[in-house]
Amino acid sequence: MDFDLTDDQKLLTDSVARLLGDRYTFEARKGFQKQDAGWSADMWGQFAEMGLLGLPFDEAYGGFGGGAVDIMLVMEQFGKALVLEPYLATVVLAGTALRIAGSEAQKSAILPEIVGGALKLAFAHGEQGARYDLSDVTTRAAKTASGWVLDGAKSVVLHGDCADKIVVSARTSGARNDEAGITLFLVDGNAKGVTRRGYQLRDGTRAAEISFASVEVGDDALLGTIGGGFPVIGRVVEAGISAMSAEVVGSMDKMLDVTLEYLRTRQQFGKAIGENQVLQHKAADMLMSTEQGRSMSMLAAMMVDEADDAERGRNFALAKVGVGQAGRFVSQNAVQLHGGIGMTEEYLIGHYFRRVMMFEHSFGDTAYYLNKLADQVH
Amino acid sequence: MDLRFTAEEIAWRDEVRAFIDAELDPALRERLRVGFNPTKQETIDWQRKLNKKGWACPGWPAEWGGAAWTPVQRLIFNEAIQSAPAPDLQGFNITMLGPVLSHFGTPEQKAYFLPRAANLDDWWCQGFSEPGAGSDLASLKTAAKREGDFYIVNGQKIWTSTAHMADWVFALVRTDPNARKKQEGISFLLIDMKTPGITVRPIISIDGSHHLNEVFFDDVKVPVHQRVYEENRGWDVAKYLLGNERSGIARLGKSRANLEFAVDTARQVRSGGAPLIEDRSFRQRIAQIEVDIKALELTQMRVIAAASKKSDGKPDPFSSLLKIKGTELLQATSELIMDTGGPMAMPIWASELHALGNEPIAPEWAGYMAAPYLMLRAASIYGGTNEIQRNILNKAVLRL
Repeated sequence: MDFDLTDDQKLLTDSVARLLGDRYTFEARKGFQKQDAGWSADMWGQFAEMGLLGLPFDEAYGGFGGGAVDIMLVMEQFGKALVLEPYLATVVLAGTALRIAGSEAQKSAILPEIVGGALKLAFAHGEQGARYDLSDVTTRAAKTASGWVLDGAKSVVLHGDCADKIVVSARTSGARNDEAGITLFLVDGNAKGVTRRGYQLRDGTRAAEISFASVEVGDDALLGTIGGGFPVIGRVVEAGISAMSAEVVGSMDKMLDVTLEYLRTRQQFGKAIGENQVLQHKAADMLMSTEQGRSMSMLAAMMVDEADDAERGRNFALAKVGVGQAGRFVSQNAVQLHGGIGMTEEYLIGHYFRRVMMFEHSFGDTAYYLNKLADQVH
Repeated sequence: MDLRFTAEEIAWRDEVRAFIDAELDPALRERLRVGFNPTKQETIDWQRKLNKKGWACPGWPAEWGGAAWTPVQRLIFNEAIQSAPAPDLQGFNITMLGPVLSHFGTPEQKAYFLPRAANLDDWWCQGFSEPGAGSDLASLKTAAKREGDFYIVNGQKIWTSTAHMADWVFALVRTDPNARKKQEGISFLLIDMKTPGITVRPIISIDGSHHLNEVFFDDVKVPVHQRVYEENRGWDVAKYLLGNERSGIARLGKSRANLEFAVDTARQVRSGGAPLIEDRSFRQRIAQIEVDIKALELTQMRVIAAASKKSDGKPDPFSSLLKIKGTELLQATSELIMDTGGPMAMPIWASELHALGNEPIAPEWAGYMAAPYLMLRAASIYGGTNEIQRNILNKAVLRL
């Protein structure tokens, strides 16, 4: 048992914190959000320069060979600053799919472009009727003489509107909800037959509905094996849970700090409202939830590379519920303790509240994972 | 960063478990599993087995029999004991008095009391709370007036666990009623329970058990050499005592054992034409508890890892988190046990009733459903109420 960070990890944390502290103020973020893409190309360049975009990739592809703990550290900082850029979509989600299923040719062609900041990716798996079921895939891919043709639609694809390349899951055999028969493809964002409708999520990040109408791709677009997509999707989702958990932890840290500061300064009845014990105890509960959530986020990071499927699946379910419940508790009470100002678009707490909202609805919610855990009890 | 136990730590856990399997009477283990408390003699016998092994007082300094374990080893040991379940180390002797005496005691006090405390030759109880001094402990009024080589003690203690079976009590008494601050007029005395003038009156708890007492002191003569540390500095001793041993405060092993017992019982209980365990809403409650246990298990390891790095000896305020969340889990798991019983949790299935008819009137498990629920309501009250723990978190961390 060892909770220490390496010197490199401390350096990484400090430099990301410094960059965001200087350049990613709440006011600056409002400006980024107003840009056409909904985020800042300039900041994306900064992330590339700092090596963040290459963090999890092998050195052979220009990366830094980092692990889930490194991603966790970066995402915690991103959660404190409410970073808008497509890091989760490109580096964590699609990046994980490429890392574990990509051919040598695919990795050599694409990973260095991601590392350098030239290519953005998205992971297009969820569909409107699927809710959180990872095997519910109706988008179809049919074999042709020279490749494949894709038909179907993907829903709430994170940063799908700006992606240069999209990892798409499609059914190549079997019935809806079969785990076997799902295959992953790499499709150009601008390929003929791809239609994207981009929009903002509640928290201000971007996503898209993407439809595929007779989209033709070559055999080289196949990512991994035919029909072997399901386990890859599972690992991508777990990497996403781990990264986003850390982001929620960063957001909880920030919400707690901001709320404590408000309790110290806001005066009512002639004294700081933080002098009221009922509010002190609520803040103590927020502190405890934040720490319990941090523990679960660490658990998720440690489990990303766990080889035992059952052990990994069980711990991810525990972690997702733990972080989700902590995030909801802390964010709801952050708004409550602020009173009216917490309800406004202008003030920052509501923005953290809405970012944390996204976590519960990404990759399976609390009820979904509690049922998963419950079904293991006999 | 690696949250898993090392191979050495796992080997240690196996060693402790093997010792428990070999030495603990299976009948006692079963009684503890279904929620009974060990008797005084059972606790003494078990403590002496541990003492023989060198495991009776792991947190003490090595010269007084301490085991010099790492914080992680201690955690593993405590949890193995709790989840077995085996009788807990006698807390007053082992986690309270021992560390205090080895830190503040005179050479004579150490030499006489420590070996006897480790072997449970003396059963100690704690005389802190009074009718007017609960969470506000420093308001205590029990007076000790100096007369020559003695203190004359008059007053009353309350909620004194196991006083009716104790040989000795360590008590906080007021030696200076005129001190500038109420914390400054308190001394820490060791009092022989056989001293004339001491009366113990039982308080029966809501689970029907006799665990708590009132203790009255009426002109009780206590030799001055039985005072620990300086006169009027007893508050320092009390603070050290309360902050000293926090490993295992979350009692996760006990919550795990409770959960296991509820699951075992739910396999035998029928609901809707099938075993209760097949009811998804029941299993979701179990799942939620598993989430909360896992989170606290990891937070506890973080607190322990931090503790092994600092040497100032001050208690970590996050042990208040462990206390709050740990007792919430004790209560949630005991509530689950009771709810598993359904209507069978309502009667007192006392053994006398069985004896009357000479045959059981209910399934074996039915007798054990409600007692832990009743008893563990105390968990969020004792050791500093959970509200006081939140005050501590605020004072030490939030600083509002």
